[in-house]
Formats: sequence, structure tokens, C-alpha cells
Amino acid sequence: MVQSDFSYNSKIEGEVIVTRADAVVNWVRSHSVWPMPMGLACCAIELMAAGGSRFDISRFGMEVMRFSPRQADCMIVSGTVTYKMAEVVRRIYDQMAEPKWVVAMGACASTGGMYRSYATLQGVDNIVPVDIYISGCPPRPEALLDGMMLLQEKIRNEGGSLKRTFRGRTVETKIVS
Amino acid sequence: MDAAALTLKFPRTQSLKSIDMPTFAVANDELTEIVRYLRDTQGFDLLADLCGVDWPYRSPRFGVVLHLLSTTNKEYVRLHAACDNDAVPSVTSVHPGANWHEREAYDMFGIKFTGHPDPRRILMWESYPYHPLRKEFPLAGIEVPLPAADVAAVTGQNVEPAPMMGGPFVSHGGHMSSAEPQALDQSWNEEKPKA
Ligand code: SF4
Repeated sequence: MVQSDFSYNSKIEGEVIVTRADAVVNWVRSHSVWPMPMGLACCAIELMAAGGSRFDISRFGMEVMRFSPRQADCMIVSGTVTYKMAEVVRRIYDQMAEPKWVVAMGACASTGGMYRSYATLQGVDNIVPVDIYISGCPPRPEALLDGMMLLQEKIRNEGGSLKRTFRGRTVETKIVS
Repeated sequence: MDAAALTLKFPRTQSLKSIDMPTFAVANDELTEIVRYLRDTQGFDLLADLCGVDWPYRSPRFGVVLHLLSTTNKEYVRLHAACDNDAVPSVTSVHPGANWHEREAYDMFGIKFTGHPDPRRILMWESYPYHPLRKEFPLAGIEVPLPAADVAAVTGQNVEPAPMMGGPFVSHGGHMSSAEPQALDQSWNEEKPKA
């Protein structure tokens, strides 16, 4: 939350904080991201490491991995998306409730990675809008944490709409609070 | 491995030259019987692998190669059966584990396994029109619609040929540190289109 989101009056200390509803809602959302681990290949192993005690993603309020898309609001696509799996990824995305975010973790999810072949979708942003791309093959857990903190930053600063990349274009989605 | 007994019982079987293990070319219609015989009589009780092969300039073009392991005598044998009309008999009745191997060989080469209990594709989706490991199939792929029509309609995405950027990529051998895979054709890339 940026400083201007608060105004703090020392005369009524401990009683009242004045802010905007948007800022509170975004602040709450950014600290309770519930990821849906779309683990499709080797990157998912790093995702699991990030969830473990050593890297401890729960320090940032996003440890509640939900395997049901209905209970999640951030899809972490970690791995190679084949054309056969693309349909499943899109359906799971459609089943998640708004507001929702997508993180493309690793080279494969971002661009198809080293798989220049007939079977591999060349970037998951061809089928779902993507908020954050994380480079690496695989990215280290720290890189994932960095990407997730960037996502938090993005959530905190969204003023009623989200900008994402979809099929090479920037698309904007309205958020209804 | 008693090669003499095998060729005596199945006279159409030919021994082939091989650097690692006894190798035989077997008659297409005898494949299942030979695998059964090797399992029951010579102890080759484990099917280690079954795969398709594509020899574009041979006739018949396709064949299957089986690797059998004897867990008691600790030895391998390799069998090659040429296809007859792109078909070979299934060995699932002898080694049930051949089921998915044969589905893969069907998926990738289009080899039909007569008597297979579940002759579906295994890697590509059922409506995919090609067999990608055939020699004439380009690695980048060929444009076809996505398997799910509704997802294709929402996303506007097709199965598209992958950008190869001067590929295919091969290693030229030599020492590990200098054997980085390179594109065979270096004359074009993302910025410079292919002439
Ligand atoms: S980016 Fe690398 S590590 Fe991640 S799924 Fe692809 S190949 Fe595996």
C-alpha cells in the first residue's frame, strides 16, 4: 500500500484509519492470493519447493494451494503446455471465479521454451490472459517468490481494472468489487 | 539363448548382425508365437521395449522392434518384424505390458496391431490426422484445429507449426564442451527470413 492510501491522524490515535475502499480491498486481496498449482512439468517441482519450509511461500500470504479452481484465484502455470492439455488449462481457468490472475512460470509456460515441436503450445498466453511471466528453466523458488511479489504489487495498484497479455496484445478486464 | 532351437522351430527366422545382443528378423505372422515361445521355453519373461521403426526406402517401410529380457539368464534378445500392410500382430496376449507400447507405435507411426484390445492413440488426441514420427512429418508440425472446438472458438488458437528459427537442432559431436546443439541451417533466424 502506498503512503497516500492512508492518512493517519495522531489526535485519534489507535481508533480510526481513513483510507479508500479500493485500497483496502486490493490490500486484502494481495495478501491472500490462493494459487491453483497448474503443475504440468519440471517447473512444478520448483513450485513445490517454494511451498516447502525452506523457501516458505506462506511468508507472503499465498501458501493456500487449492487444487479446485473454484477455491483459487491465481493460476500458476508451471510447466510445458501441450496442445492436448491446452483445453484443460483453459477450462480450469474458466472455472475460477473473478478476480483471477495467471502467472506463467518458466520458459515453457511463457513461450514454449525449448520445445519447438508439433505437440507444444508456444506460450500459455495464447489461450489465457497472463499477468506475470517468470523467466528460467526452471526458475528458482526465489524467482517464483519475486514474481508473486510483483503480482501482489500489481493487485495493490489496480484501480478497478487489470491489464494482461493475451495473444500478443494487452487486454483490459474490469474488476467488479 | 538357444538360437539354433529358435531357427529350427521357426525356419523363416533369420539371424541379423548386431553389436550388442542376438538379433533376429522374424516373420510377421509368427511374431506372437515366437514371443510366446521365447517366454515359455527360453525364459525371456520381460518385454523391455517395443517400438516402431520407419525405413523410408525399404519395402515394407514400417516395422516393429522388440527387446526381450530374461530375468533368470540375464540376457537380452532383439526381434524385428516387418509390417504387412502397415500391420503386425499384437503381442498383448503374451505380454500385457505391450499394450501402451503398441498404442504409442500406432500413434507415432500409424502401425496397426491386429488383435490389440484397445487400439487408440495414446499421446496425441484421437482426431489428430497425422503420425508425427514418420520421416516425412516436419518437426514443427502442421496446422490443424485445436481438439476442443469451444476452446478454439474462445481463444482463436489453432495447432500451429512451431517457430524453428533455423532448426532442426543437432549436436555435431566431439567434446562435450563444444558439442552445443546448433541449427543445421544457420542462414536464417527470427530477424532474417528464410530465402
Ligand atoms: S521451463 Fe524448463 S524446467 Fe520449466 S517446465 Fe519447461 S523444461 Fe521444465
